[in-house]
Amino acid sequence: MIGVADLVVSYPRAQRNAVDGVSFIAQRGQLTALAGPNGSGKSSIVRALLRRADIASGSVTIDRTDVRTLSHAELARSVAVVPQREETAFPMQVREYVALGRYPHLGLWRTASNVDESAVDDALVQAGVADLADRDTDALSGGEWQRVRIARALAQKAPALVLDEPTTFLDVAHEMAIFELLWSLARSGLAVLLVSHQLNLVARFADTIVLLSEGKVATSGTPADVMKADRLESIYGWPVVITRDPAIGAPSLVPLRRPLNL
Amino acid sequence: MIAVARGAVSISLGAVVDALRGRGDPTVIAIVRDLRLPRVILGALVGAGLGASGAALQGSLRNPLAEPYLLGVSGGAAVGAVIAFALGVSNDVIVTLAAFIGAIVAVFIALAVSRVGGRGARADLRTLLIAGVIVGAFANATIMVALASAEPNKVRGALWWMMGSAADATWQRVQWLSFSIVVAGAALIYWAREIDVLSLGEDTAAALGVDAERSGRRVFLLAALLAAATVAAAGLIGFVGLVVPHIARRLGVRSHRPLVVAAALVGATLVVAADLAARTVAAPTELPLGAITALLGVPFFLVQLRRTT
Repeated sequence: MIGVADLVVSYPRAQRNAVDGVSFIAQRGQLTALAGPNGSGKSSIVRALLRRADIASGSVTIDRTDVRTLSHAELARSVAVVPQREETAFPMQVREYVALGRYPHLGLWRTASNVDESAVDDALVQAGVADLADRDTDALSGGEWQRVRIARALAQKAPALVLDEPTTFLDVAHEMAIFELLWSLARSGLAVLLVSHQLNLVARFADTIVLLSEGKVATSGTPADVMKADRLESIYGWPVVITRDPAIGAPSLVPLRRPLNL
Repeated sequence: MIAVARGAVSISLGAVVDALRGRGDPTVIAIVRDLRLPRVILGALVGAGLGASGAALQGSLRNPLAEPYLLGVSGGAAVGAVIAFALGVSNDVIVTLAAFIGAIVAVFIALAVSRVGGRGARADLRTLLIAGVIVGAFANATIMVALASAEPNKVRGALWWMMGSAADATWQRVQWLSFSIVVAGAALIYWAREIDVLSLGEDTAAALGVDAERSGRRVFLLAALLAAATVAAAGLIGFVGLVVPHIARRLGVRSHRPLVVAAALVGATLVVAADLAARTVAAPTELPLGAITALLGVPFFLVQLRRTT
């Protein structure tokens, strides 16, 4: 479980706090989505969780332990994060790359044990990339690379998984495949926190949506609670209507064309 | 062995073996034991240090163009040596020490500059690279001013040293260099797994439990120490730190622990071969070793590049 309580994150010389008193909980066994417009503070929360941004006040906890009391390795054992951007400087074999997920578990001399090897095997299978194990990371498509990165995070065997915009630049099929994977990972017992600005996709998969606006929680709850036209219009500053997705009836947002001024 | 045997005076391999065992012609024994052998070992150590340093830097800075001399190490060492020469010092130990101190000072200036640039926010590793380049540029300017205003005969020594040479090898230098290389090299090999993680970028490194800033600084310092020791012992031998890691990678080594070791071995081989060429091709005139490493390394690298693409 990931708990964020009254979190405030501010950067030097910024006009306002990047995160300004945000509270929410990402439960185990659930897919929780952190959504909102650009600059609403989504990524800053991830940075605070990883201690890459200073927490001015409030707290981020993993299973009720404050992240600031954990060592870097302990933190990496309790939560696995797939950051937004990542490019390997030099290509390596997919299996070697996924094995780096075991880094926080390694002993003093940093060599892999049988436990580490089998964790890597499991992660490759879980993320559906076992057949890519011998390929090089620079020979993967965008969709394959994202799955391999998720496999790397799964190899960490942490009870919580955080992903920052994992489907940017992916086509529809790969995007859906990633969301289905995350949904099943949540069902298998992980606390999955997904940062995404793709509200429509999130509304079809997430158990809970936390919608941020200007560093504050604008609204949160089930997709049906959050997807209200008037509220979304004021958050995004754009006229919208809410329809239903024809397959499962999940609420879906349609931004409108600006009316022609004749 | 071949490198020990060949030179301005050619000695048969059998005679080399005899000389190492302390048998045979006393002149040959002297050449082998006091001139050739320390020179070959010094060359191997310099190559190993530069190769390992380059491999570690390219990985942690995530930049295939990174090399030890980009960090201001070479510039700082040259400034130290040139100052010593300009002051009329010709004592070998003092010049070496001055070069080493110059290199270390340059590295710390680069670290300080990168922190000022970061101001409050965390200084990232790219800032460190830029800071190193800037410090190096400043050092070069200082050298030019010093060379322009110094007497020509004092400066000649400094110039030869800047071209890089293993010619002044003594057992004392070999001992001193091997100590630095073994200590810094062992530390680098121990922390090499962290370089694998650092090569994924700072966000991912943080996600894997590595403090990118601290760990990057540690690698940077160790790599700088290796390079500074080689520069102090043999001057500037360009190109080795840049290309040797690529050659090692082309040989199929990816993970940084074996890569650092492989780069050290490739670097040692390359520099010994280059030094052999430097003293035999136009014998008895010696060519600058730094130029030979580039002349040997570039074609080899190009062949490797062609073969894999």
